[in-house]
Parts: sequence; C-alpha cells; structure tokens
Amino acid sequence: MTTNSQNLSSAMKNRSGAEKSLDQGFIWLTKIFAFGVAGTLLWIGSQVAIGSWPAIQKFGAGFLVNTTWNPVNDSYGVLPQIYGTLLSSFIGLLIAVPIGVGTAIVLSEDFLPAKVKLVLVFAVELLAAIPSVVYGVWGIFVLVPILTNLGKWLNGYFGWLPFFSTSPTGPGMLPAGVILAIMTLPIITALSRDALISVPPSLRQASIGLGATRWETILQVLIPAAFSGIVSAVMLGLGRAMGETMAVTMLIGNSNNISLSLLAPANTISSLLANQFSEASGLQVAALMYAALVLFFLTLVVNILAELIVMRVKRI
Amino acid sequence: MTSNFPERSLTRSPMSQRTLFNTVMTVVAFTCGVLALLPLLAVLSYVIIKGFSSLNLAVFVELPPKALQKGGGFGNAILGTLVMVGIAALISIPFGVLGAIYITEFSSARVARWVRFAANVLSGVPSIIAGVFAYGIVVLTLVKLNLGSYSALGGGFALAILMLPIILRTTDEALQLVSQDLRQASVGLGATNFQTVSQVVLPAALPAIVTGATLAIARASGETAPLLFTALFSNFWPDSLFQPTASLAVLVYKYAISPFKNWQSLAWAASLILVLMVLITSIIARWATRKKA
Repeated sequence: MTTNSQNLSSAMKNRSGAEKSLDQGFIWLTKIFAFGVAGTLLWIGSQVAIGSWPAIQKFGAGFLVNTTWNPVNDSYGVLPQIYGTLLSSFIGLLIAVPIGVGTAIVLSEDFLPAKVKLVLVFAVELLAAIPSVVYGVWGIFVLVPILTNLGKWLNGYFGWLPFFSTSPTGPGMLPAGVILAIMTLPIITALSRDALISVPPSLRQASIGLGATRWETILQVLIPAAFSGIVSAVMLGLGRAMGETMAVTMLIGNSNNISLSLLAPANTISSLLANQFSEASGLQVAALMYAALVLFFLTLVVNILAELIVMRVKRI
Repeated sequence: MTSNFPERSLTRSPMSQRTLFNTVMTVVAFTCGVLALLPLLAVLSYVIIKGFSSLNLAVFVELPPKALQKGGGFGNAILGTLVMVGIAALISIPFGVLGAIYITEFSSARVARWVRFAANVLSGVPSIIAGVFAYGIVVLTLVKLNLGSYSALGGGFALAILMLPIILRTTDEALQLVSQDLRQASVGLGATNFQTVSQVVLPAALPAIVTGATLAIARASGETAPLLFTALFSNFWPDSLFQPTASLAVLVYKYAISPFKNWQSLAWAASLILVLMVLITSIIARWATRKKA
C-alpha cells in the first residue's frame, strides 16, 4: 500500500495547486486522526497520573501496601483491593481456562457438523456481547442464592480449610470469581479456537498418518503448536477480568478486608472506583485516581504482553 | 493377493488403553462445551422470562416511579442512552474511520503496525478507567467553566473512548479487504488520493464499516461503569447536554440493587431491552456479512 502512494505522487506533478493541497490536506488529516488514536492511550495515562498527583505525593509507594481505606481521616491504601482484583481474576481463570480451551477444541475439530459448529460459535460470541450489568443482575438473583447454599455446605464440611472458613453471607469472592469465569470464557474460547484452526492441516494429517488417535494428535501436536496463541487468549481474558467492573461490584460484597476465605466479601479496584467516585471529594478523589492508575498499569502490562505474543505468533 | 499384515492390524481394539483415553477425553471436551453454553441459556431465559412479564407500553414513555409506587417506566433512560451513544458515535466514527484510512492507504507498514498495536491495547483498557479519564477531561472542565458538572457530554465522551478502537479495527479490516485493483484502476483514470479514497475505496468498504459501527454502538449502549460518574443519573427528562442524564445501563444497576420490588421489575425490563438490542444487532450484522460473502 506504500508503493501505491509513491506511484500517486509522481502522477500528481501536473495537477492544479488546489487539488494538490486538498490531497495533501486529506492525508495530513487522516494522519492526525491515526496518531490521535494511538495518542489517546498516552493521554489517558497522563491525565490519570495528573489527577492522582496529590495522592502520589502524600502516600508514595506506601499506598500499595497500606490496608486501610478511611475517607474520614484521609488515610488510604489499596492492598485489599489489589488482592481482591488479582484473586477474583485468578479464580475466574481457574474455572474459565479448562472449560474455554475444551470448548475451543470441540469447536475447532470435526466432532460436529459444520452447521452446528457455526451456530455454537455464534452462541459463544453472544455470551461476550451481553452487557456486564445484566450479568450482575442475573448474578444477584440467580447465582448468589445457588452459591450461598453451596457455600454453606462447603463451610459445614470443609470449614477447617482456610478457603471455606467463614459462613457465606451472600455476595463474596466466590460469586465474583464465577461471574468472571462466565464473562472471560467467550474471549478465551474464541481466541483459542482461532489459534487451533490456524495450525497447518499437514501437521494433523502427519500425526494421524503415523497412527495417533484423535486425542493424541490434539494433546501432543495441535495444542503445543497453538500454545502461544492460547497463552495470549488467556492473558487477554486476564486483562478483561481485572478491569471488569459492574458484575463484580454487584457480586463481591465491597468489603475492604483481606480474607483467605473465598466465601467472605471482598473488593476490587474497579468496584472501589464504581462505588466511591461519584461521592468523593478532595484528597479522596486523588486517592481514587491513584487506585485507577494502579489498575491502568496492571491491565496495560497484561494487555501489552498478550499483544506481543500475538504479534510474534503472526510473524512466524 | 496375499498380505503379510496380520488380519485387522489397522483397526484399534475398542478396549485398548489408547482408545479408551480417546473416548474419555471426547466426553470431557463435550462436557466443557455444555458448561460453556449453560450460562448463556440461563442468563437469556431468565432475562426474557422476568423481563417480558414486566414489560408494557408505559415503560417506554413514562418517567421512573417513586419507590413502592405502581406503574411508571424509564422513557428518560432510553432517551438518555440514545443521546449519549449518539454523542459517542459522532466523536468516534469520524475519528476511527479517518485513522483507519491513514494506516491502510497512506502510512508505512511500521507506523500501521504501531497504530494497530496501540488500538488493541486501548481496547483492553478497563471501561471504568475510561470513566475516570472522562471525569478528569470533561466533568472537571465543565466545573471550571461553570457550565455544569456531571452531564451527557461526559458520558458520551467516555463511551467514545471505548468505541474508538473497535471502529478503527473494523474499518481497518474492511479497507484491507477492498481489492487493490480498484485503487489502481481509480489512480489509472487520474484520480487524486482524496478522490480514490472517498469515491472508490470507502463506498466499496461501506457495508462492513456500517456493520462494525453498529456493533460498536450496541456494545457501548450496554456500558455502565464509565457512566456512573460522568453522566450520573436523573429521574427527569433530559433537557440539556450539561445536566446529569439517565441511561438504561445505570438504571439497571441502581434499580437491581434497590430493595424495592417495583424498581427490581423495572430493572429486569430494562435488562431485556439491553439484551434484545445487542442480540438483534449481532444477528443482523452476522446475517448481513454472510449474505455478502
């Protein structure tokens, strides 16, 4: 496409001045917008950093390890929220990765007729399109009652394990993790499927030709070949899970404590922002912006890693 | 013809360890598939059953009722959502489409790669961060200028940030699919860059661009987090872009966590409308692109 524009510039020599300047202007205009899209990322980062500057000056790096969040005497720290963000995402992925990769295998191999597969692939896409807040409403009225009963049973029989040491009160880490699993599943499935489909068919044929069974081929040839694609799918799912706000806010219980128990209420950075931002003032706004900066940084690292893996895969 | 192979050596015994493993893994994989589809069915059926039972005409034209008061609707939230998504589309569609034109038509491969990379990373930025950003840019600026604070303008700006990378990527893909022959023919006839892009390349890619933009709009209308502290909420009809504005998504959030039965049933009705909007646009988009191909 570059050669295209070079050819054009030689043809433009005998054009009128107005035409030339319109053309140059158009190219410049599109250039500004293209760089604008890329620049938005920097703009977001710098704006959030500027907004959080008073809190950065006051708390420094101690903000990351302090466990109190007290607007009354302006003492802030986000360790419980960082813990909640990471743990809820981890639980979500723990459930979503095996199920998602399993589904991707079913939808990429020839287990099912092509038409049935097409419908199922579309159904998985729809799962990704349902708004987060609708998952939250469904979670409150359907998922939480089910998981509370399960939690009571777990606490009754396995209460000696630290993970189930508290009696469930309804919302908590477990429902949040389950809803995150449901919400990250479509991304992991769709991208893993893309990776599995793009494995050259000759590899599969060679393996089958050597007498391997279908699953020996899948586990020993296809998955290793698609591994980096699957890893980047999981990373993108992780990024999505860490930033997910509404469904988690409605299901996690919003308690700023660190508890080993999965049945206890907890909090995430994004839920903290959703709950407090509109009513905050003064230093609290700066502290919330600081928390947002931490979240921005965490998701940025995860997303950039995922993109780099994708880029490397595409170049090979 | 005599064969040196023992009889049936190429068929696997159904009881061999390898065949059993194969069968077990197939069952496991299908169980995963069923588990993945279960939530979709559960969410859809619940929203449809609960939503339809509280849906009626008043829901679309009336204002939200007081707690425990019968009737009412969320006409103002529907209007607010349309206004804010409209603002977002006005900002993000020209921005994204022009940016995509640059990276497919004029830029070097290296610049194109970087812009695509940045757009992909931008699409991974959590929606709540877009809200914090819009708060800093629009809400605080409006406060400084004494024009207001929480407003439809801020909400629209936040949604535009979320739509931008989607629009850029779908337009980018649509433009790449336009055959190189068309561009060369246009240039061969003496057209300028501007004429080639605006009269040949864009019309050829238009259906795919429109589909992408529609999907982005549907996605944005379900976004809640960035609206919580940019547009806030209001119980009245929106009469200015500089005032707090209601939206369907925020209404679902506020009313679902309220203890009042009548508000909860309105939340279900609003959820149904949001889900139907997304489902119908996805299905139409899928159908339209398949017809083309």
